[in-house]
Amino acid sequence: MTTADSRFVQVDGLSRSFPGERGGEALTVFEQVNFAIARGEFICVIGHSGCGKSTILNILAGLDQPSQGVALMEGREIAGPSLDHGVIFQNHSLLPWQSTLQNVSFAVAARHRDWSRAQILAHSRQYLDLVGLNGVEDRRPSQLSGGMRQRVGIARAFAIEPKLLLMDEPFGALDALTRGTIQDELVRICQQTTQTAFMITHDVDEAMLLADKILLMTNGPKARIAEIVEVSLPRPRSRSTVIFEPNYYPIRNHLVDFLVSRSKTFRDQPPTGYDPRHPPQVRPQADGSAAPQHPATSGAPHDP
Amino acid sequence: MRSLPVRAALLSLVLLLVGAGLWEAASTAPESAEAVSEYDMLVAGAGEKARVPGPSAVIAHAWAALSDPFYDRGSNDKGIGIQLGYSVGRVLTGYLLAALVAIPIGFVIGMSPLWQRALDPFIQVLKPVSPLAWMPLALFVIQDSALSAIFVIFICSIWPMLINTAFGVASVRRDYINVARTLELGRLRTALTVILPAAAPTIFTGMRISISIAWLVIVAAEMLVGGTGIGYYVWNEWNNLNLTSVIFSILMIGVVGMLLDRLLAGAARFVQYVD
Repeated sequence: MTTADSRFVQVDGLSRSFPGERGGEALTVFEQVNFAIARGEFICVIGHSGCGKSTILNILAGLDQPSQGVALMEGREIAGPSLDHGVIFQNHSLLPWQSTLQNVSFAVAARHRDWSRAQILAHSRQYLDLVGLNGVEDRRPSQLSGGMRQRVGIARAFAIEPKLLLMDEPFGALDALTRGTIQDELVRICQQTTQTAFMITHDVDEAMLLADKILLMTNGPKARIAEIVEVSLPRPRSRSTVIFEPNYYPIRNHLVDFLVSRSKTFRDQPPTGYDPRHPPQVRPQADGSAAPQHPATSGAPHDP
Repeated sequence: MRSLPVRAALLSLVLLLVGAGLWEAASTAPESAEAVSEYDMLVAGAGEKARVPGPSAVIAHAWAALSDPFYDRGSNDKGIGIQLGYSVGRVLTGYLLAALVAIPIGFVIGMSPLWQRALDPFIQVLKPVSPLAWMPLALFVIQDSALSAIFVIFICSIWPMLINTAFGVASVRRDYINVARTLELGRLRTALTVILPAAAPTIFTGMRISISIAWLVIVAAEMLVGGTGIGYYVWNEWNNLNLTSVIFSILMIGVVGMLLDRLLAGAARFVQYVD
């Protein structure tokens, strides 16, 4: 993999503060956030509410601007929203006055302004098929179930074939059964399309099913990336078989341990040798180690 | 047990019959020895006390008036249909002109906090002015009574549409705007394909309020400017001491007002959506 590919998206020294109310002290949600996304990689972010995950995603989408630092895609600063960054919003954000097909074709028409009507519709139908939504093309979002709505959102985002797909807790509002089905679909679609993706989630199992790497964020304010966990589970993955992988529970325990206890203390008592510019990359193993993979972190940050 | 709409309709009918019955009873002349004033003789005819005509008289008048609604026998004797037609024509003209002004300005106010703040003081001061207060100024400047009435309708129709449009546009969900932004839609395309449909139900609510107010105001405006229209007709019938005709006109004003409201409610269904 070339450097250009391994640093397809690069985030350097990112911080975001919001001005305090009535001249109060400014609130820095996160600071010194550094990470890279390789082409075709799937990154998940896990952290407690208030650590600025959504703000990072909005900056990557061009919908928000960092206070300091820079987010680059293909070496160019992300200055504003664009068709290169597809977003799947938490609450699906379908346009309620348009039908299912119109919601997708509206986006496709914006992407391919020179296409004929027939081309746009054919392309849109193809992506509705991909998420298993044929036969509901003429229904409005209000006539669809929550899972179907989120599927339309997925179809819309994939249909514009963005270079980077951003997802803000896309399945947060769904019940567990529906969520499982759509997760499997997302795994399949991402494998088919080798989509580069950045996703926020609260669900440890979801992150392990989908991600190549998981960014663990400390609690806010002044949140940082504490660790980058490599998900060393073979692909293709599926919900039913992934749990039998020997590394599954070591990784899961590592993540849960971080969320339950270490995320609170990490910011104020970082392990020796911790440098937010090069957060340690760990790979929890079945033999009980969480060997750091990153050269910059000689001192092991953590041993579960 | 019958369904709710059927029971409601039956109850409405009962209330109508009871109300009409009481009204008829109250308006029938009892044997009385009360002094008959000069006024009574004028209004009711010799030897009878003046009373509000009963429903039977009104129905008889309505039948006659509605069987030939469009006759025209000179400036003071036109059918009820013609008079209502004049009024509806003025209302629609003033109202549509107001929509052409109010909706674009409301859009700008809703999209731009700068314009919202800059125009707010003017709106706050002009909105509570009774539209009829503009009449003398309109008559002086326009020098035409019929156009002045249209101007008054224009003025009173503007505010609800302006305010609702601004509110609807300003409260379009941020998510929809973000969808448009991530799709790299230009400002105009975003306004037309995302903000307008999102705000349309609120805009239509303003349009419904406006048409109702316009219909309220036209009667008063036409009483002032005279000549034609249902407002002038009511006042003219009062001057003729024809109360039957006045009551019939009140009912017709109500019916037409209801039809105008229904018309817009029907149109609003096309832009309605469930969030």
